[in-house]
Amino acid sequence: MIVVTDLHKKFGNLHVLKGITNRVKTQEVVCVIGPSGSGKSTFLRCLNLLEVPTSGEVIIDGKSVTDPQNDINKIREEVGMVFQRFNLFPHMTALENITLAPMKVRGLNKEEAETRAMELLKKVGLTDKANVYPDSLSGGQQQRVAIARALAMKPKIMLFDEPTSALDPEMVGEVLAVMKDLAREGMTMVVVTHEMGFAREVGDRVLFMDEGLIVEEGTPEEVFNSPKHERTKNFLSKIL
Amino acid sequence: MGLKILEILQSYLGHMIKVFPQLIRGAGVTIQITSLSVFVGIIIGLFMGLGKLSKKAIFRIPSVMYVDFIRGTPLFVQILIVYFGIPGLVSQITQSSFRLEPLVAAVVVCGMNSGAYVAEIVRAGIKSIERGQMEAARSLGMNERQAMRYIILPQAFKRIVPPLGNEFVALLKDTSILATIGVSELTRHGQLYASVTYATFPTYMGVALVYLAMTLTISRFVAWTERRLGVSDRGD
Repeated sequence: MIVVTDLHKKFGNLHVLKGITNRVKTQEVVCVIGPSGSGKSTFLRCLNLLEVPTSGEVIIDGKSVTDPQNDINKIREEVGMVFQRFNLFPHMTALENITLAPMKVRGLNKEEAETRAMELLKKVGLTDKANVYPDSLSGGQQQRVAIARALAMKPKIMLFDEPTSALDPEMVGEVLAVMKDLAREGMTMVVVTHEMGFAREVGDRVLFMDEGLIVEEGTPEEVFNSPKHERTKNFLSKIL
Repeated sequence: MGLKILEILQSYLGHMIKVFPQLIRGAGVTIQITSLSVFVGIIIGLFMGLGKLSKKAIFRIPSVMYVDFIRGTPLFVQILIVYFGIPGLVSQITQSSFRLEPLVAAVVVCGMNSGAYVAEIVRAGIKSIERGQMEAARSLGMNERQAMRYIILPQAFKRIVPPLGNEFVALLKDTSILATIGVSELTRHGQLYASVTYATFPTYMGVALVYLAMTLTISRFVAWTERRLGVSDRGD
């Protein structure tokens, strides 16, 4: 589903990604872990071209994201993204946040979009918040609306960029629960996270990144229980 | 001595009352010119502001030049260029006399002038919207134009209203320079009255008070609009 080949990203003199190569299969849940500044968010943002890679190739569902000939907007329709800071549209209600893109991009009429949005709000447990503005929602609720907003486009892949890092601890669980449901339904997911419990339980594969490279990868058991590399051991000993 | 002062004050008050209807007529013209100019200014400013933010040099460079030129030269000189300079140039080229109506020149100059300031307001308003908003919109498959129209501009608008109100007030005051090209706005009416009666002090004080009444009204109205717009998203 996602094929990444020798991906490099430089910000000026800063070499953030130093050659990432990986494949994500359909319905696979890949968790990316690593210390801050390791390039994991940049890697994720390169997948839907929010950051333009300096070199290398990203192919999503057979289409090259990095080829300027391809319409990136078309590819992004199939790739949902959830941000650390939610990024809900503050001037729209929860429902409007969810219906906007399906109407404007997919061309659904209002009724179809609202039906779909209400189904999604039900799925994330926020039916009663449909007509509420984001600033009246808690962080956990905002993030669940943000997930519903991304799902409304019926994407084939979902990218999560530290979706629980900006949340109060008591709200982390409700967001992870929604993500677990999604994984169970067979969504292809790439999740940058600090939630090791989630990675262990839901992840099919874990990538450990450090200093712009994938240092180690494997099943959660392999990476968490018997890490091979010193840096992985070091990182895990600090956080577990 | 005391009696003399009382006498003067009495005559001043008389002049102020007498000139008042004329000033109100002038104020009407001032408001018309200001409103039309702000309208023109907002249209120019929106395009120039977006132009300044454009990645494409063909849009960006002309916008930057326009804003720099207008903001870097005095309004009075701009009036002289448009009212005298341009008709002169056109007359020379076409070999026939060409004149611009003072009112038309007024709206052209004030609109273009205001456009440059509005452009800066628009640019600052758009820049103030958090980057994550654009990223969220783009990640949903919206193109840049859709993201601007549905996400960025509606939010920027709320932040643009207060400085736009200030711009309206500034422009309203600046229109007094138009008296020099004979536009019959507020200051011009005062000048005419003063030149006949020699009652300069009460006339120009009266003119000032009418400006003050207008600017205070507008700024209160802007503050009220600002509060109303803030209702749906206090959080941002």
